[in-house]
Amino acid sequence: MEKPDTPELILEAGRSSRHYWGDLWRYRELLGFLAWRDIKVRYKQTTLGVLWALIQPAVTLAVFTFIFGKLAGMPAGNVPYPLLVLCGLLPWQLFSAAFSNASGSLVANTHLISKVYFPRLIVPLSSVAVALIDFCVVLVLLTTLCLWWQFMPDWRIMLLPLFIVLTLVTAIGTGLWLTALTVKYRDFRFVVPFLLQVGLFLSPVGFSSTNLPNWRFVYSFNPMVGAIDGFRWCLLRGEPTLDPANLAVSIGMALLLLGSGLWYFRRTERTFADII
Amino acid sequence: MASPVISVSNLGKRYYLSHEKRTDTLRDSLTQKFRQLGRRLAGGAAAVPEGEEFWALRDVSFDVQQGDVIGIIGRNGAGKSTLLKLLSRITEPTAGRAVIRGRVASLLEVGTGFHPELSGRENIFLNGAILGMSRLEITRKFDEIVAFAEVDRFLDTQVKHYSSGMYVRLAFSVAAHLEPEILIVDEVLAVGDAQFQKKCLGKMGEVARTSGRTIIFVSHNTAALQAICRTGLWLQQGRVVQAGPMSECLSAYLASGNEAATFVPTNTTKPHITSITLDRAVLAAGKLRISVGFKSPFPLSCPVVGITLQSRHGQPLAGSNGRMMGENWKPPALSEGVITAEIDRLPLHSDTYRASVYLGDAMQDYDQKLDALEFDFISPHFYPESPPLHVIGQLDLPWRWSVGSG
Repeated sequence: MEKPDTPELILEAGRSSRHYWGDLWRYRELLGFLAWRDIKVRYKQTTLGVLWALIQPAVTLAVFTFIFGKLAGMPAGNVPYPLLVLCGLLPWQLFSAAFSNASGSLVANTHLISKVYFPRLIVPLSSVAVALIDFCVVLVLLTTLCLWWQFMPDWRIMLLPLFIVLTLVTAIGTGLWLTALTVKYRDFRFVVPFLLQVGLFLSPVGFSSTNLPNWRFVYSFNPMVGAIDGFRWCLLRGEPTLDPANLAVSIGMALLLLGSGLWYFRRTERTFADII
Repeated sequence: MASPVISVSNLGKRYYLSHEKRTDTLRDSLTQKFRQLGRRLAGGAAAVPEGEEFWALRDVSFDVQQGDVIGIIGRNGAGKSTLLKLLSRITEPTAGRAVIRGRVASLLEVGTGFHPELSGRENIFLNGAILGMSRLEITRKFDEIVAFAEVDRFLDTQVKHYSSGMYVRLAFSVAAHLEPEILIVDEVLAVGDAQFQKKCLGKMGEVARTSGRTIIFVSHNTAALQAICRTGLWLQQGRVVQAGPMSECLSAYLASGNEAATFVPTNTTKPHITSITLDRAVLAAGKLRISVGFKSPFPLSCPVVGITLQSRHGQPLAGSNGRMMGENWKPPALSEGVITAEIDRLPLHSDTYRASVYLGDAMQDYDQKLDALEFDFISPHFYPESPPLHVIGQLDLPWRWSVGSG
């Protein structure tokens, strides 16, 4: 052969490609393009456009502030209650959008999966991008509210990216499970909104987790508890104190979800085109 | 001699046709589903699914040398598309192995991943990336792609407003500018107008000749196959029947076997059709011969068979039956027999056709098999300048032209 660098590819039953992660890297531009496509198409033919990303959290914020702050009279320390809620909503919205996009991503891209080869992992990964854009829009809302109450975050805000990553890891881990399962069993389509609904009540979105002092450790097995507490700690000047042990549990759970999600996805990936 | 670019040995692909068990109550079906779900989740992919197994491809072996242009032929369901899917890594083989040396790009469908809401320009980038081109590569070839597709005026229009012709032109144009070492192309030229088809075939031929690229090509267009491919591979029921020079494969394929369908009667108290056979060798010579077998619980006083030929879309083109022949159709009374219909010169253009068959007697119809056969007809009359069939229709009538000076 003239070209010694020609890759040799062996196709065989049960053989997972040695080049998988290399391929994933080679197709990184496709990941970008798919994300760009989703973002571009998302608000086409809507009159309000990106405003939709704002309306939903704004309304939820108002409702939660009223129910938990006014009706239930939960304490918020020395932070305006709406800010406390918004700092919980921010990661929760990111998680729920990223998780539901990722869960539906494979089935939504059936036409690609049955006609072209690329590492399938690209599909759920790229679907998370839209959630990140919406997240940035809500960040603007947060900034506005902070200015309104003249509430300035301190140095802890530098650690916020860590908790964004924790949220994404949780969303991608659960998303990988659900999207791979949905390929074979469409039943799981109906599980996603249900999980999100239950999850919203099992996470301290509308109130601070300090309200459950005896349960915080157990509570931390929900990785979103760690993420939400982290967001509040970063943005509200360390208001609910972070317990390292609890945080470690949340991070461990998130990593476990991601690892097992990847494992299941990789294991079933080869049959996607046949059963989708 | 250099080692082959693609070497395939004993490749096989098995699918399961699922037959769900009959369940009578919701509770039964739910418990069955849960049991299945539990079993599958526990056993994972290794668990043997219930259902009949079906080999879409079996023991297929062949080698492709660098620069070869190989055409794959076979009837619907012969395994052509499965083979292409395996070679393009979309699905995994069940048995055997394939070794591929070089970068593969596959084009199993025109415009995969085109998004109707995006503009032509945006879709070029998206589609290019999906087919495996880098952003740099696309930017470099952008002008060439646009010029080839002849859509420059509509570049910033959303693709959903394109005419279907423009859409196909743009999509094929992106694909035509791929530069992989191995190109896999499924029946994608069946769409688009004749002129653009010719342009695409020209482009593919040029690519094959000048760049030494390897191309694997599936088509029902025999003229195109003959023009582009040197080597042929004929598949039937998932196995290789013949491999070798394209012209030999094609002529053997076209003259082979019969298109036949047999039927198990659902009601034997009524006269019914038992088989319908289309003679392939006769069809390859531009003629038609269809034989219809029938059976009846009582002697049919005047058995009559009707046949309707339809376009691939189901549009009736021509039909006839014994009753229409009046006094010329005087068969004996039969309770079992075969009736054959023949046309000496089938006046149709090359395309896929369907046939429906009816059985009756002088008074009434007893049985009908709608769309019983589907067959590819390759007309011995080839018109290279022919407009597409949706313009001129499928009928190839014996036109006579003359000219006067006024």
